[in-house]
Amino acid sequence: MITQSLSELSAALAKRELSAVEATQACLDQIAATDDKVGAFLRVDARGALDAAKASDARSTRLGPLDGVPVALKDMILTAGVETTAGSQMLSGFVPPHDATVTARLKAAGAVILGKTNLDEFAMGSSTESSALKKTHNPYALDRTPGGSSGGSAAAVAARQCFGSLGTDTGGSIRQPAALCNVVGLKPTWGRVSRSGVVAFASSLDQVGPFGRTVRDAALLLQGIAGRDPHDATSADVAVPDFTAALESGVQGLKVGLPREYFVEGMDPEIAAAIRESAKTLEAAGAQVKEISLPHTRHALAVYYVIAPAEASSNLARYDGVRFGHRTEGAKQLLELYQRSRAEGFGPEVKRRIMLGTFALSAGYHDAYYVKAQRVRTLIRRDFEEAFRDVDVILSAASPTCAWPLGEKLDDPLAMYLMDVLTLPCNLAGLPGLSVPTAKSSKGLPIGAQFLGRPFDEVTILRAARALERERDLCTWSPNP
Amino acid sequence: MALSDFQPVIGLEVHAQLLTRSKLFSSAGVAFGAAPNTHTTPVCLGFPGAMPVLNEKVVELAVRAGLALECRINERSEWSRKHYFYPDSPKGYQITQYEFPICEWGGITLEVAGKRVQIRRIHIEEDAGKSVHDAVAGLTLVDLNRVGTPLLEIVSEPDLRSADEAVEYLKILRDVLVSVGVNDGNLEEGSFRCDANVSIMKKGAKEYGTRCELKNLNSFRNIKLAIDAEIARHVEVIEGGGVIVQETRLFDVARGETRSMRSKEDAHDYRYFPEPDLPPLLVSAEQLAQGKASLPELPQARRRRYVEQLKLTEYDAGVLTADRELSELYERCLAPVGDAKKVANWFIGEVSRLLNESGVKPGDVKFTPAQFAALLHAIESGEISQNAGKEVFASMFASGAEPKDVIASKGLAQVSDTGALEKVIDEILAANPKNVEGYRAGNTKLLGFFVGAVMKSMKGKGNPKLINELLEKKLEP
Repeated sequence: MITQSLSELSAALAKRELSAVEATQACLDQIAATDDKVGAFLRVDARGALDAAKASDARSTRLGPLDGVPVALKDMILTAGVETTAGSQMLSGFVPPHDATVTARLKAAGAVILGKTNLDEFAMGSSTESSALKKTHNPYALDRTPGGSSGGSAAAVAARQCFGSLGTDTGGSIRQPAALCNVVGLKPTWGRVSRSGVVAFASSLDQVGPFGRTVRDAALLLQGIAGRDPHDATSADVAVPDFTAALESGVQGLKVGLPREYFVEGMDPEIAAAIRESAKTLEAAGAQVKEISLPHTRHALAVYYVIAPAEASSNLARYDGVRFGHRTEGAKQLLELYQRSRAEGFGPEVKRRIMLGTFALSAGYHDAYYVKAQRVRTLIRRDFEEAFRDVDVILSAASPTCAWPLGEKLDDPLAMYLMDVLTLPCNLAGLPGLSVPTAKSSKGLPIGAQFLGRPFDEVTILRAARALERERDLCTWSPNP
Repeated sequence: MALSDFQPVIGLEVHAQLLTRSKLFSSAGVAFGAAPNTHTTPVCLGFPGAMPVLNEKVVELAVRAGLALECRINERSEWSRKHYFYPDSPKGYQITQYEFPICEWGGITLEVAGKRVQIRRIHIEEDAGKSVHDAVAGLTLVDLNRVGTPLLEIVSEPDLRSADEAVEYLKILRDVLVSVGVNDGNLEEGSFRCDANVSIMKKGAKEYGTRCELKNLNSFRNIKLAIDAEIARHVEVIEGGGVIVQETRLFDVARGETRSMRSKEDAHDYRYFPEPDLPPLLVSAEQLAQGKASLPELPQARRRRYVEQLKLTEYDAGVLTADRELSELYERCLAPVGDAKKVANWFIGEVSRLLNESGVKPGDVKFTPAQFAALLHAIESGEISQNAGKEVFASMFASGAEPKDVIASKGLAQVSDTGALEKVIDEILAANPKNVEGYRAGNTKLLGFFVGAVMKSMKGKGNPKLINELLEKKLEP
């Protein structure tokens, strides 16, 4: 049963061929059997999940395609009554009083929340290794990283521990682990999904999105969480289309852009080849592929590593040991309370980014760093606007390399930051992007293709990704952890 | 050199709490004096994932205040984060407006000097909580009820030249904010707070001196004392050959002097940047039009109208317009009467006296304008005396009784029956032949004696006007 996709499970539940309790129990069994090796979950709420499954089975009318479907949430997403840590000692023991809007929407759709998945601390990282709580392994190669920061959510879906999951993506944290774990990961347009109740990393870049084993699965999950939320003033008042309606309509006449700046130096040649091959596949299916240019791409990494840490330094100021989270023992002075609580509660990557961001915003440097970065951000956004006059979607790799051995880049933050180089321009421009499995490397590692679309045009990138998925059929490639 | 050789230069920053039921960015209620930490939500507490959602009422009030203070209302303004660590600031930053405030370049005209004080900007921001030191020995307790209460910060140009001007500016500002319904004007509870930037320069100089910011000014009296004390300190330092250091100073009410709180070097680097959790604040043409339409006549304009159109004295106009409710009651009572001066006399006299004594607000009085007009008519027509009128009014004020009922039940009607009056007058004249003779010999001052005697005989109920006329006629030689 666990090898089924979310869509297949949903159809089976609808026909009462199996029950939500059976599906949930199968996931719990798979977690029990595999998670000591994968390490995807920080917390499994077996009782809560089974209760939700029973309630689903008891409903005479199904609430929709997610009713009774077991899913997992990245531990950035608040769950009422269930500890939410952001992978940090700072929030160890923090039990939120409310659900995030996305949690509440999934529950309202009848979904079964299995538990919380591992992540880089406060979503800062590209390998899930900066988690203060545990290591997560790539189900397709256990000695390698699942990517990050939503590594737990990607690995859980890949390891058939759940039928779908949610992650957050600030610079590629959904798409890159999706690529490394052979699953589909979608970062919606900024504003498409509510951020209310999601621990903030960099507010102008953060967005919640789904992982699925198939494009359709991701579309169904997005359907469940998208739309204006009165609790998030930046959630867009834009109509939510049916994300699955056009999935199978193919790519005849679709204009696909291949940006030359996205074939970067140091990129794994196998990946570059896989993307060119993907372009050919789409062409064969009727798409028009053309090379395009996004000239400011080379500045994106620098811009991102000013803006994201700047916002992070602000968003993480609330963790001061006063009202919740870690508080140091025996501090005598206020300043000492702050300094020691924060020194003890945050890990090295988080501290590095808080310091970077504080510096970038400080008097005398603010204009040279933060203001200038915002100007260049505008140029990057304009690159995309320009490109989308000519093409409907942009195709590239989601990660310059395949999954690398755990520990390899841990002492080299810059090498780690480079792993986001293909995904973060999309966040800077607020666009939707997704990663879909497109190849298996010679070493047997997953390779993902990234599609970027116009603002609020998730429908088109889902359709393009589905066209590629149909030709590749990698979703049946199951790992064996 | 002395104080008279220097020119003080003062700019004021006012924080006025907006009269909303809920907070700026959360649904928590606004309340003064509630049990600590009972008016909070995850947004107020800065919980992970909690996001601000703008209370639209705040925009309405800010627009109205801006219009009343003759500001330009910016179609698009922006929210910013101002960072500092303190236990009463749960998020580690305050959401405020920095580069792009909602209102700019308005002003207030001082009555005394007749000069214009420019308002540089008005912006919206959230209030902090309160730290309570040593309520429990050795501990600082934090009450977050006030967190997120909406404030307007109103920043003047350094156009003020004395403590008196500063106080006058503040009084006018407070009157305006209260009269347009955006603030309750309460300095003691801190809903209208003021910081003063004070410097001095040599008379005739072009460049301002180094300024100090004064805090803890919670009454008009303290504001005047603090600014004067600070000016004196600057003069003393400069005359002693010293230099003023830019710093924030606290006014010590007990000692009547200011003392250093923190120097410029200790000043925070607030690391402002635009708030990514809120879209820019847009004021539509419709909101602006509604704001304009909702604007009542402002106290200064009303005072000018009373002087120019109703021909009241500056003093009377000032008293009547100092309280919006009082002036509104005045105008309602004036309508059926028409004599502005007569009604004003009543309001400055009896009406104000009884309002003060009873503590009743002018908007809550029991008597109606029609009753008030009837009372004045009864006096005018001679039905009752002026003094009886005051007695009747006291009853009307206390119970809302009709004046004619009060006059009847208390037997206050004057005797205007000529026959009855003549009878008493004849008796008095007959009883005082010497005074009659004296009067007829030219001592006309004796008329007062006869009037008094007649009134006494009639227990004060004779119509004095008629008595005078009749006496004069009968005493003619």
